[in-house]
Amino acid sequence: MATKPIATTRSATTIPTGRLAIWWVLASEVVIFGGLLASYIMHRLGHPEFGDYASHTNTYIGAVNTFVLLTSSYFAVRAHNEAEHGRGKAAAKWLYLTCLGAVMFLCIKSFEWHHEISEGFTITKNAFWSFYYLAAGLHACHVIGGGIIMLIIAEDAKKNKELQRVELIGIYWHFVDVVWIFLFPLLYIAK
Amino acid sequence: MIEHYIEQASTYAADIDGLVLLVGLLVGFWFVLIEVIFFGLIVSFRKREGVKAQYISGEEKHEKRWIAVPHELVLLCDVVIIIAAVRVWVDVKQTLPPAQATVRVIAQQWAWSFVHPGPDNQLDTADDIKTVDELHVKIGTTYHFKLEARDVLHSFSVPVFRLKQDAIPGRVITGWFKATRLGIHDIQCTEICGIGHALMPARIYIQSEADYVAWETAHAPPPTATASLGN
Amino acid sequence: MAQPVPEHADSNDAHGHDAHDAHGHHEQSFWSKYVFSVDHKMIAMQYMFTGMAMGIIGGFFSYVFRMQMAFPGHSIPFFGVVTPNEYNMLITNHGTIMIFWLAMPVLVAAFGNFLIPLMLGCDDMVFPRINRLSYQIFLLSAIVLIGSWFVEGGGFGGAWTSYPPLSAKSQYNLTSWGSTLWVIAVGLEFVAFLLGGINFVTTAMNSRAPGMRMFDIPIVVWMIVLASMLFMGSVGPLLAGAVMLAFDQQLGTGFFDPVRGGDPILWQHLFWFFGHPEVYVVLLPAVGIVAEIITVFSRKKLFAYKTVLYTAFGTGVLSFFVWAHHQFIAGIDPRMANVFTATTVLISIPIAEMMFVYVATLYGGSITLTTPMLWALAFIAEFIIGGVTGIFLGASGSDIYFHDTYFVLAHFHYTFVPIAVIAVYAGFTFWFPKMFGKMMNETLGKIHFWGTVLPFNGIFIPLFVTGMAGDHRRIHNYKNFPELTTPMHEMWREVATISLLVLIAFQFVFFANLIWSLRKGKAAGNNPWQANTLEWVAPSPPPHGNFAELPNCYRGPYEYSVPNREKDYWPQNEPA
Repeated sequence: MATKPIATTRSATTIPTGRLAIWWVLASEVVIFGGLLASYIMHRLGHPEFGDYASHTNTYIGAVNTFVLLTSSYFAVRAHNEAEHGRGKAAAKWLYLTCLGAVMFLCIKSFEWHHEISEGFTITKNAFWSFYYLAAGLHACHVIGGGIIMLIIAEDAKKNKELQRVELIGIYWHFVDVVWIFLFPLLYIAK
Repeated sequence: MIEHYIEQASTYAADIDGLVLLVGLLVGFWFVLIEVIFFGLIVSFRKREGVKAQYISGEEKHEKRWIAVPHELVLLCDVVIIIAAVRVWVDVKQTLPPAQATVRVIAQQWAWSFVHPGPDNQLDTADDIKTVDELHVKIGTTYHFKLEARDVLHSFSVPVFRLKQDAIPGRVITGWFKATRLGIHDIQCTEICGIGHALMPARIYIQSEADYVAWETAHAPPPTATASLGN
Repeated sequence: MAQPVPEHADSNDAHGHDAHDAHGHHEQSFWSKYVFSVDHKMIAMQYMFTGMAMGIIGGFFSYVFRMQMAFPGHSIPFFGVVTPNEYNMLITNHGTIMIFWLAMPVLVAAFGNFLIPLMLGCDDMVFPRINRLSYQIFLLSAIVLIGSWFVEGGGFGGAWTSYPPLSAKSQYNLTSWGSTLWVIAVGLEFVAFLLGGINFVTTAMNSRAPGMRMFDIPIVVWMIVLASMLFMGSVGPLLAGAVMLAFDQQLGTGFFDPVRGGDPILWQHLFWFFGHPEVYVVLLPAVGIVAEIITVFSRKKLFAYKTVLYTAFGTGVLSFFVWAHHQFIAGIDPRMANVFTATTVLISIPIAEMMFVYVATLYGGSITLTTPMLWALAFIAEFIIGGVTGIFLGASGSDIYFHDTYFVLAHFHYTFVPIAVIAVYAGFTFWFPKMFGKMMNETLGKIHFWGTVLPFNGIFIPLFVTGMAGDHRRIHNYKNFPELTTPMHEMWREVATISLLVLIAFQFVFFANLIWSLRKGKAAGNNPWQANTLEWVAPSPPPHGNFAELPNCYRGPYEYSVPNREKDYWPQNEPA
C-alpha cells in the first residue's frame, strides 16, 4: 500500500502519530527491561556473592562501549537536526555514522564475550553470568534491530522521504542508550 | 459452609470456616440484592407501546447518590472482611505457638515422607520414625511441621485442618497445627508436580495419646548400642 | 515538528476524498485481499476466526478432561483413554489457549481492530502494516503452540501458570521440546499484542473524527485502549521471565533453580505481576461491549459515563497491586499477604461500582430482549457471581483452604466465561450485521443463548460445591483419595460434565445460525439497530476506506431518547 490512510495523518492530540507510537514502544520496552533488571537487582540483594562474580567483568571495555554508544546517540541528534531542516542526504549520512557506532559496539562486545567465554565465564557459570549475558544480549538484540531499521530509514531519508522517521529512530536509539546506562553500572561497576 | 462437607479437626478450622461464613453472608446479601434489582428492572422497563425511555445522564447529584451510597456500603463490608481475614491469617500463618512436637514433612515426585520425632520427642535423633504417605499425630498437641520439597514445588494440604502450605525445593518452611478430633483423613498435594500429581495421596492419623504411643513403640527403629549410650 | 500535515487532512475538513480516490477501484487478488490484507476489518476477521478456531480446540480439550473427571479411566469418544500426562497437557493448554488464543485475540484484537477505526470515523488504523505484522506474529504463535503438542515427549503439562522447577527442567516435566515451544508461543503472542497495541492507542488518541472530544468516545473504544495500556504496562517482566525460563529449559541456566542459586518464587512474581492485570485486559473490552449493547437496547444514555471511565481507570491502576493474592501460601513472607488481601478485597469496589452503573442504566429504559441484549444482560448477571466469589479467595484467611481447589476454578470460570464467551457472543451477534451485511436469525440466536447460559451454570455451580468439599485441582483421577470418592462428589462431577456436553451441543446451533445468516439473512442496511455510534454510518459491510465521506462528530455516543426529539436516537454524525 503506497498511500497512507487519512487516519495516519490526523492528530487530535497535536502530537504526530509516529511520535506517539514510538513513545508507546519505548514504554513497553522500559517495562520489559525494567522487569528483567528488577529481577536481577532482587537476586543480587539476596546473593552477596554476585559482587565476587561481577568482579570478572571488564569495566574498561564496558566504559569504552558506553562512550561509543553515547557518541552514536550524538550522531543521531545531528541526523535529526538535518532532517528538521529538510536536508535528507545529510541526515542519512549522520544515520550511517550512528549505525557505524552500533557496529563498533557490537564488535567490541563480541570480542569481550569471546574472551569471557574462553575464560570459562559462560551463561551457565552462575546466576550472575546468566543475567549478564541475558540482559546484555537482549540489549544487543535491540541494538541490531534498531540498526537495521535505522538503515532502512536512512535509505528513505537520502531521497528526502519520510524525514519525520529520522526523529523517531533517534528517540529509539536514545532509549537503547539509556538501557545501556543502566546496564553498565549494574553489570560492570557494582562489584 | 465447608463444615457441611468436611469436618473440622484443628483449632483454627472453625475460624477459617467462620470467615467463610462471614464472607458468604456479606457477599450473599449484595449478590441477592443486585440480582433482584437487576431482574426487576428488566421486567419493569420492558418496551411498552407509546412509552419512551427516560433521559438520565447519571451525572446529577441525586442520581449519583444511587451509586455512591451502595459504593460506600460495599467499602464498609470490604473493611470488615479485610479485618476478619487478617485476624485469621495472622493466627494461622504469622504466629507460631510453642511446639510440643515437631514433624518433618518431605514432598517429592511422587510421595510424601514424614519424620516423626520418636519417643525422645526430638527430630534428627536415632529414634526418629520415618514413614511414607502416613503421618501420625497426637490429638490436642501443638505441632510444628518443617516442610521441604526434594525436586519441584509441592503443597502440603490437610483439608480437615483447613491447612495448606506450598513446599519449595531449597527451603524449609515452618507451620503449625493442633488437632482436635480423632480420625484418619486425606493429605493432598495441592501444587501440580508432574504426571504423578494425583498419585501422591497420604493419610493423617490423628490419634489419642495412648494409641499414638502404641504406634510409636511398634514402629520405633531398633535401638543401636551408641543410641542407648547417648540417652 | 518535522513534516507539515498535508492540507487535505486538516481536521476541519470533512471530505474524505483521499480515502475514496486512493483506494478507488483497483481489484485485489485473493492473497492481498484475504491473506496479506492491511485493512483493519480483514485483520479483525483474521483474528476473530483464528481465535474462534483456537477456542474450539480449547473447548475440545475441556470436553476430554471433563469426561475423564466424570468417567475416570474410560475411553473418551474422539480421544481414547486419558493418561496422566495427557491430562496435564490438556488442562494446561486449555487454560493457555482460552486466555491467550481466544479471549485476547477476539476481545482485544478482533473487536478492537474492527471497531476502533469505524467508531472513531477513520478509514483505517494509523499503521496498517504494523497491524498486519501483529496478526502474522500472532498466527505464528498459534502454529508454534499447536506444534508443541506433536513433538517428542508431547505437549507441556505444567499448568498454564508454568511454575518452575517443574516447567524449567525436562527431567521433571518430561516434555523437553513441548515446554520450550509452549514458552516461545506465549512469548510470540505477547509480542504480537504489544505491536497491536501501538495501533489501538495511537489511533484512538490521534485519529478521532473532527469534533469528537474525549468524552464522546464510545466506552468500548476507551476500554480496549485502556486494556492495551494495561497489557503493555504489565507484560514486560513476564516477557523477560519467559526468556529466562526458556534459557533455564534449554541452556541450563538457573534463574529459577534453587540448586543453582535461583528462585522459583521469582517466576511466580513475574507471572502474576502480569497475570493479574491480564484478567482486566480481557475484562475491560467485554465490559465495553456490554455498554454499547445495553444502551442501544434500552434506548438509554449510559448512566454516569465518566464514572464508568473512572472505575475502569481505578481498576486498571489497582490491578497492579493485587498480584500476590495468587501466592498467599506460596512461601512469600506472610506479612505481605495482609497488604495484598487489603488491595484485593478493595479492588472489588470499582468493579462493583461499574456493575451498579450498568444496572442503573436499565432504570427507566425501554428494553427489547434481542439476542445481543440477552447476552449482554447475561454477562452482568453471571459476572457478578464471579466477582463475589472472588472475595472468598482475596480474603487471605479463607484462601488458605480454597487455594488450589475447584472453588478457585469455578470462580474464575464465572469471570472468564462471561468475558470470553458471553461477551464475545454479545459483540458478535450485535455487530454481525455491520460485519457481514446480513441480520442473524433471532430464533436460532435465542435458542443458542439459553442453551449456552443455562448449562454454563450447570457446569460450574457443582464445581463450587466439590471445591468446598475438598476437590483439589489438576488431578486426573481422585481414586486415591477416599474422602473425594464419595457418591456426592462423583454425582456433582457428572452433573458438571453432562452440562458441558449440553453446552457443546448447543454451539452447533450457533454455527447453523452463522451459516444460515450469511446465506439467507435479511439485508441489514447501515443501521438496523438504530444506534448512535459512527460505525453504523458506514455501509454494511464497510468497504475499503469505510466511509464515502469521513464523518464529523457532534455529540456523545449515548444520546438516546433525548426529550423533545422525534427519533429516540441521535447519531453522533448528524449535525445539530
